[in-house]
Amino acid sequence: MFKGMKYLRKNDAIMLGFAIVLFAVLQGLVTGRVLSSFWQLNVLIIGINIIMAVSLNLINGYTGQFSLGHAGFMAVGAYVGVVLTTNFHAPFVVALLAGGAAAAFLGVLIGIPTLRLSGDYLAIATLGLGEIIRIVIMNIEYVGGAAGFKGIPHLTNLAWVFWVTVIALFFIKNFVNAQPGRACLAIRENEIAAESMGVNTTKYKVMAFAIGAGFAGIAGGLFAHCFYLISPASFTFMASFNYLIMVVMGGMGSITGSIAGAFVVTFLSAALASWPEFRMIIYALALIFLMFYRPQGLFGYMEITNMGPFRKIFGRPQAQKLKGGKADE
Amino acid sequence: MFFTKKSLRLLGVLAGAALAGTVLAGCGGQQAGSSDTIKIGANFEMTGNVANYGQATLDGLNLAIEEINAAGGINGKKLEVISADNKSEAAEAVNAATKLISDDNVKVIVGPAVTANVIAESQVATDAKIPVIAPDATSPDVTVENGQVKPFIFRSCFIDPQQGSVMAKFASENLKAKTAVVYVDNSSDYSKSLGKVFKEQFEKAGGQVVMEQAFLAKDQDFKATLTSIKTANADVLFVPAYYEEVGKIVKQARELGITSPILGTDGWDDSKVADIAGTEALNNTYFSTHYSDKDESVKPFIDAFTKKYGHAPNVFAALGYDAGKMLAEAIKNANSDDPEKIRDAIEGIKDLKVGTGIITMDAKTHNPIKQAVILQNKDGDRVMIAKIMPE
Amino acid sequence: MELGQQFLQQMVNGISLGSIYALIALGYTMIYGIIKLINFAHGDIYMVGAYIGFFAITQAGLGIVPALLVSLVTTGLLGMLVEKLAYKPLRHAPRLSVLITAIGVSFFLEYTSMYFVSPTPRTFPQVMDNVAVNIGGLVINGQQMLILGITFVLMVILTYIVKFTNTGKAMRAASFDVETAQLMGINSDRIISITFCIGSALAAVAGVLVGIYYNSIDPLMGIMPGLKAFVAAVLGGIGILPGAVVGGIILGVVEALVSGFISSTFRDAAAFAILILVLLVRPTGIFGKNTKEKV
Repeated sequence: MFKGMKYLRKNDAIMLGFAIVLFAVLQGLVTGRVLSSFWQLNVLIIGINIIMAVSLNLINGYTGQFSLGHAGFMAVGAYVGVVLTTNFHAPFVVALLAGGAAAAFLGVLIGIPTLRLSGDYLAIATLGLGEIIRIVIMNIEYVGGAAGFKGIPHLTNLAWVFWVTVIALFFIKNFVNAQPGRACLAIRENEIAAESMGVNTTKYKVMAFAIGAGFAGIAGGLFAHCFYLISPASFTFMASFNYLIMVVMGGMGSITGSIAGAFVVTFLSAALASWPEFRMIIYALALIFLMFYRPQGLFGYMEITNMGPFRKIFGRPQAQKLKGGKADE
Repeated sequence: MFFTKKSLRLLGVLAGAALAGTVLAGCGGQQAGSSDTIKIGANFEMTGNVANYGQATLDGLNLAIEEINAAGGINGKKLEVISADNKSEAAEAVNAATKLISDDNVKVIVGPAVTANVIAESQVATDAKIPVIAPDATSPDVTVENGQVKPFIFRSCFIDPQQGSVMAKFASENLKAKTAVVYVDNSSDYSKSLGKVFKEQFEKAGGQVVMEQAFLAKDQDFKATLTSIKTANADVLFVPAYYEEVGKIVKQARELGITSPILGTDGWDDSKVADIAGTEALNNTYFSTHYSDKDESVKPFIDAFTKKYGHAPNVFAALGYDAGKMLAEAIKNANSDDPEKIRDAIEGIKDLKVGTGIITMDAKTHNPIKQAVILQNKDGDRVMIAKIMPE
Repeated sequence: MELGQQFLQQMVNGISLGSIYALIALGYTMIYGIIKLINFAHGDIYMVGAYIGFFAITQAGLGIVPALLVSLVTTGLLGMLVEKLAYKPLRHAPRLSVLITAIGVSFFLEYTSMYFVSPTPRTFPQVMDNVAVNIGGLVINGQQMLILGITFVLMVILTYIVKFTNTGKAMRAASFDVETAQLMGINSDRIISITFCIGSALAAVAGVLVGIYYNSIDPLMGIMPGLKAFVAAVLGGIGILPGAVVGGIILGVVEALVSGFISSTFRDAAAFAILILVLLVRPTGIFGKNTKEKV
């Protein structure tokens, strides 16, 4: 017990060290104007997308529940957040937390009935729920309807995005490595077996769903305060697909993978911005070829801490290779 | 080792692509250095839901710039259009505008087409002190916020209240309508605000709006709503929307036996409406727009456009063209490529002849003062009913 | 118009809208049935079919029937090609990777089309007289009847093929278990290829008919109908042909009633809400068989 704790603490300290160095470098690049404002904005978007991808990975990759409605939860967080900051002048942190809480609450509310479904049926049901959330928002005149919510203060900056991302990563990593996360993995591998071993599958599925939704809500709050105006058009099922692409591209069930996926997708989109005519075509081809060469995603089930040279630093055993037959059924 | 050969190779490819992307992006930025061109950013909807509007506006803009360059440019400098795609999304519009300003060093931005995307972009442009000309965004709050004019945001088209009241007046005075149904596109600010103005003005003139209905852009089937609109039995139906949906609405309305006049706005101004609806269904419909294609002064533009693109321009293309002409005039008057000087020059534009008429910029609202016309569709032809000069 | 008649008219509107969803859903459900892939590119195949029909009529000057045939054959081949190039190499990959590939194919078809034909919508020439029949105030459109009729005929033909021909038996065997079917001497790759061909050809029929009916096509026209067709297929029970038709029609009727009596802005929300409610009661769709999972 004690040994385990110590082991955790040491690795967390290493990671925190990495994070501080990385933040210093990024902040330096921003302050020193090495990064143009376009790339600065894209660094923020990468951070937000990392939160989205990691939180979706918790639902899709770790718990094996195929959800396609993630953009809907993001929308809830975004709209709750902007109403609080713009109309009620609440502090940013309150707005973020409230947005996350609202999304998590909604996640519980719709998770309980729908998580009985499985596979593609769950996928289309969650896609539908995401669209329903968007359509309802679109019909609320108080938040600007289809035309969008205007005059949002620009509160999101590198520090906010970076540290919220770090907290999200830390939280989800620890969740996965703790008892509830292990239960989620068991559900992914074989739901019936997990249930017969005494895992309360509904409880853990809903828990994963709610945590994922909550972080999506927080990411939504960060996203909304980046752009002065948000409209329901930013949260369509196409956006949900985009987050799914990040997760699958990085590797289902790998946090490192989600980070890589979010980075690659956002970076591709930004780097191709100079060729608007071909951007989507190249993006489509990139997706298809990546899936050809690495159908299991860039990192598969592995984490960077389990790989090659990094294993030594973190004193980790070999990567635990979890054969995920059930996960993708 | 966990890096298999294959995964290493893939990582290599990715890293290579990333590097290439950065280098190329960097190159894009460095071309800005040459001093005999002036860079113009074009932030448009090139993919996504409303790509057809963005693309048409960009076509018009490109034609205007080409003509200006062919005539020797401005003060010896050529204009160069750098386009960026905003995927028909507000957040991406901010992203695209940021790219144009910071990486491409444009001096002025034209676009986007859709109101919400311009509003999203305006803060970035204002912060960077780069003037924006919105060619198609007709909502009043594009240029004015809380009663204050946004110093760097301009438009080159008329605004919704002007059109809405013109059509309300036309319905009650010329068509002697007492009752009306308003059928708007709920996903567009343009359509919603026109519907609101029409209702206010029509009721002020003694009429009554008996039913309000809504649809969403890209809808295909309008019959269900049109069936309930038919039950209202109103004197006129007002559909302030874009051509793609309008064509289908008119066609399906006539099929269901709605014979009352149908009124619309400049979003109707495209030959596609007649193609989709059919000339017979389109009889007894009226719409307001910027110019009549019969007008002699508009002919050079229509001919040039048809020659370059192989089809007649629609209203988006015309407004994009106007924005290009307006911009060129401003750069010429500013005699500089300094964004703030260009801004001052745009504000000072007076009696400028553009593709579709004559424009004077109102410095108090940054809206151009511009004529409007009402056209009637009659047996496949467009007949000008009225020409309205702004007060 | 009194309420009863308005209701009837909405039913007519709904059934005709639903028959379009049903027509696209037929192909969707066939493809899903055999390789369990949510083929997100199906809606875009439908768009390509519409464009091929359009160019066959306007550029090659063909009549409606030859144009339909050209579109049917070309699109069927395109479907096979997509399967061979994009999905077959991933036959043993995780299913989500194939799904992402399908999304990739969908983007690719949409945006290459957009690059070549521009995002501006095209209008179909009038190739068919459109007679509207008026029965006691109830307006029924000739083309709607045609689409509904074709949907039912195709459903019957397909059901016959799947139930009674050798190819159909092979399809069912392959959809049950690809590997075992292969052991029994069925060339599964060929069967999957044929299924894609038929499914895509069906999408082409839908594309051309919808193009004629609504008179307007554009490169992104497949996104929403593709999604709706998928909803219809799930509603009826994925992989079941009559289920796809029933699901499509239910969806159409719900949308028409919501648009007519509430507001069309809530139409899609209502469609999804119905889907979710049905799934909560019957987790595998209306006609879906509830297979007991073995431990």
